[in-house]
Amino acid sequence: MTPQSFGKAIRRTEDERLIRGRGSFTDDAGSAGLSLTMIRSPYANARILSIDISEAWEVEGVRAVLTYSDLPGRLVEPLPLLIPHPSLVAPRTQYILAKEHVRYVGEAVVAIFATDRYVGEDAAERVIVEYEPGEAVVGIDAALGTDLVHDDVPGNVAADHAEHVGDVDQALAEAPHVLELALDMERSMGSSLEGRASHATWDRHSRKLRIQNATQTPTSVRFAVANILEIPDEQVDVFAIDVGGGFGTKVIHPWPEDILTAWGAIEYECPVKFTEDRVEHFISSSHERAQRHQIKVGFDEEGRILGLDVDFVHDNGAYTPYGMIAPLITATQLPGPYKLPNYRVRFRSVYTNTVQVTPYRGAARPHAVFSMERTIDRIAAFLEIDRAELRRRNFIQPDEFPYDLGMIFQDGRPAIYDSGNYPELLEKVLAMIDWDDFPERRSQTPPGRRRGIGVACYVEGTGLGPYEGGHVRVETGGKVQVSTGLASSGQGHHTVFAQIVSDELGVPFEDVEVVTGDTRRFQYAVGTFASRAAVMSGNAVAEAARLVKEKAIQIAADALEANPDDLEIVDAQVQVKGTPARGIPLAQVAVLANPLRYSFSEAARAATQFAGAGDPDEPPIKPGEDPGLEATGWYSPIRATFASGAHAVEVEVDTATSEVEILRYCVVHDCGRLINPLIVEGQIHGGVAQGIAGALYEKMAYDEDGNLQNASFMDFLMPYCTEIPEVEIDHLETPSPLNPLGIKGAGEAGVIPVSAVIAAAVEDAEGFQINHMPLFPSELHEMRLRDAEVSE
Amino acid sequence: MNAEESYEIRLKVNGETQQITAPARRLLSDALRGELGLTGTHVGCEHGVCGCCTVLVDGAPVRSCLTFAIAVQDREIRTVEGLAADDGELHPVQEAFKECHGLQCGFCTPGFLMTACALIEQNDDPTEEEITEAIAGNLCRCTGYQNIRTAVRYAAEISRSDKT
Repeated sequence: MTPQSFGKAIRRTEDERLIRGRGSFTDDAGSAGLSLTMIRSPYANARILSIDISEAWEVEGVRAVLTYSDLPGRLVEPLPLLIPHPSLVAPRTQYILAKEHVRYVGEAVVAIFATDRYVGEDAAERVIVEYEPGEAVVGIDAALGTDLVHDDVPGNVAADHAEHVGDVDQALAEAPHVLELALDMERSMGSSLEGRASHATWDRHSRKLRIQNATQTPTSVRFAVANILEIPDEQVDVFAIDVGGGFGTKVIHPWPEDILTAWGAIEYECPVKFTEDRVEHFISSSHERAQRHQIKVGFDEEGRILGLDVDFVHDNGAYTPYGMIAPLITATQLPGPYKLPNYRVRFRSVYTNTVQVTPYRGAARPHAVFSMERTIDRIAAFLEIDRAELRRRNFIQPDEFPYDLGMIFQDGRPAIYDSGNYPELLEKVLAMIDWDDFPERRSQTPPGRRRGIGVACYVEGTGLGPYEGGHVRVETGGKVQVSTGLASSGQGHHTVFAQIVSDELGVPFEDVEVVTGDTRRFQYAVGTFASRAAVMSGNAVAEAARLVKEKAIQIAADALEANPDDLEIVDAQVQVKGTPARGIPLAQVAVLANPLRYSFSEAARAATQFAGAGDPDEPPIKPGEDPGLEATGWYSPIRATFASGAHAVEVEVDTATSEVEILRYCVVHDCGRLINPLIVEGQIHGGVAQGIAGALYEKMAYDEDGNLQNASFMDFLMPYCTEIPEVEIDHLETPSPLNPLGIKGAGEAGVIPVSAVIAAAVEDAEGFQINHMPLFPSELHEMRLRDAEVSE
Repeated sequence: MNAEESYEIRLKVNGETQQITAPARRLLSDALRGELGLTGTHVGCEHGVCGCCTVLVDGAPVRSCLTFAIAVQDREIRTVEGLAADDGELHPVQEAFKECHGLQCGFCTPGFLMTACALIEQNDDPTEEEITEAIAGNLCRCTGYQNIRTAVRYAAEISRSDKT
């Protein structure tokens, strides 16, 4: 038997090249050609009065210096709005190079093409841009004030959206108890260690533009570049070989530099590369988080929620290339695992003179979970009911699936939870952290410390459509080549897709080779985001493998003069069930699948013995057949599949320094059937680390003029190993009924409830309400002082 | 403005001496990646904080993005490409990172491998504190460090058993 590889902790095939220093990241591509250097706005809100580039041209090695007025054709248009929505009343996107006005510190103003980045930066120093600065709109308070980011967008409101189920006003009016909460979260960002990058080459002989790009979505970059440069799609290839982390930032496309490198490669007939430096990543890619929530909740004596009313403001920065997806996710994911018969949510997405806000791992779910879980904890405190018990009383029960929230999800489809078991998740995590014995542990807290415990639950819509595809081809040499269009940035796709194909087709794992994110291999794809890659491309390559298997069995049945129903594929051999002696190796079936049988190999020569004479009155390829042992499979789900989890944390807070120390961090995670537990756990480790980063260390420190004051790794406190504890993980496997593999997404989950659970534990330790994240020691110290004042 | 003056710079990398022609301001990271084509060394921040560009100079971890190529002429430079043996056998740190899923996107990995290599080659039985101390200057955004710690521990174990 071919050993099953689905569910096994198989070591990653990706690692071999990466640990030898043989990865292929975009900046590793050819050093010849031109380097693109951008000059960016030092003002958050200013009119451009003049740009003098004359001295920059004199620097030896400079090929071109461009401003907006030099841009040709469609390059003068604003960049595309990727996801429109009826509630997005005033979408705005930036120009490739600023046209008359800059709206955030970091906005691209001038492009320099030079022999290398050193020369480009020499030239950049010689460009003189004259600005007339205006008032910067920074933060939600300013956004709701009178100064405008875009003159033609009144109130700075990009989107105003409301949804409801039931009758919230009546529920709140009739509820025995009503509480109000005001919560807010700071900004952070994905901060992948590889920044944005693009390397474009133009082959004037074949008239092909080849672009290696650090993107989560190569197929879309391809269509964007072809459209904006007004050349046929067929002249553009885009591939992402190795991508050094994405976390959502690299799903945004096209960036100004993607277009400029591609255009420059054709215009100057030489390779052009752009590699973002760290400062640029901070001030000219994307940020996320940053919302302010007003919540009103009504509940009964037992703590059952009767009505929930949420009104929040989302700071979307200066532009909205990704529409209002982030706040829309907050709105629809806020109910989590709880039954909310009456729920109303309204949000306004507002402009500020800061870096644009687009989804970052978790995609505005951390805010949603923070609000819901803080609300639950507040009710528990009010009624003096155990926080775990209050959750039990409000859970959707295992026999209530499919559970319809009555709302429309980010994919435009009804938000219907497909499966889950929330009570069991909670019980497992409580047992793991030993919730019931916490009072005993607390009584042993050392002097100078305060101990607290918290728990938080979440539901995450994953595996969104519309589709992904996969291609599987058996080579005559026996290797199985698999491709899918979405790109990989560390998720181990090459390994898990090989596991799936290996099992479906009946070939050894080692014989399967996977390529992701290369439009030369697969032209249609959506991309790697929304915890969708494993679900979407996993099911697509599985379908392709099934089709290949069917074809192989049909061909082998003809050759062996056997009934196809009696055949199986075991260890890469098509054989009569249970009779290995009567079989043909899959490699030879691949030879038979092509009527042109030049004998380039032993396998080909050997296969000819099986080739029948064929019917002289039929064509060698019959109608409906294709040559080659290959197939393309597609997966297009009716709607998202919903993963879930529960986290619990025990913390100690220092009474003198206000520092929060995590003693134990426990995760119970349900992403349906696990393809590879090693990889899923790695995803959770990384997600929790980013969650802890956002809960305790990271924010984007803007001053009132819109300068990002911590735009370096010295000042932006991204955690090192010294800040991240061990994470203990257990799984629940509730299969999704929506896809044949029964899987759900796992990429983002780890990050989602972390701010909520840490706030809960610190609140438990301190005895006062935590309404704001992140919790820096200085802020916790201030909270203590305020609490002491109130208590006096 | 005229091109700046270039220098002949001798770089001894992974046991092999090569000559490049570059201006004095050429960073070691750029020289390794650009002039020598050794793209395994990555550049993550260009201000010496993330550790992606870590290489060994005379056995000690050094930020190649803060080092001028001309300043390390004739010194023994070791990069990730020089970790495995000539016959291709993986170095214990490489073996361990693969076995323990100590990498995801792989961008920070060469820096961690070189840092861990320096630790293990000096001390193949490090304590938890010594492991933390060694890798606390390298950033990783994917793994949450848990498997990296495990990998360093395991690398030390492989290294010890190789010697017995």
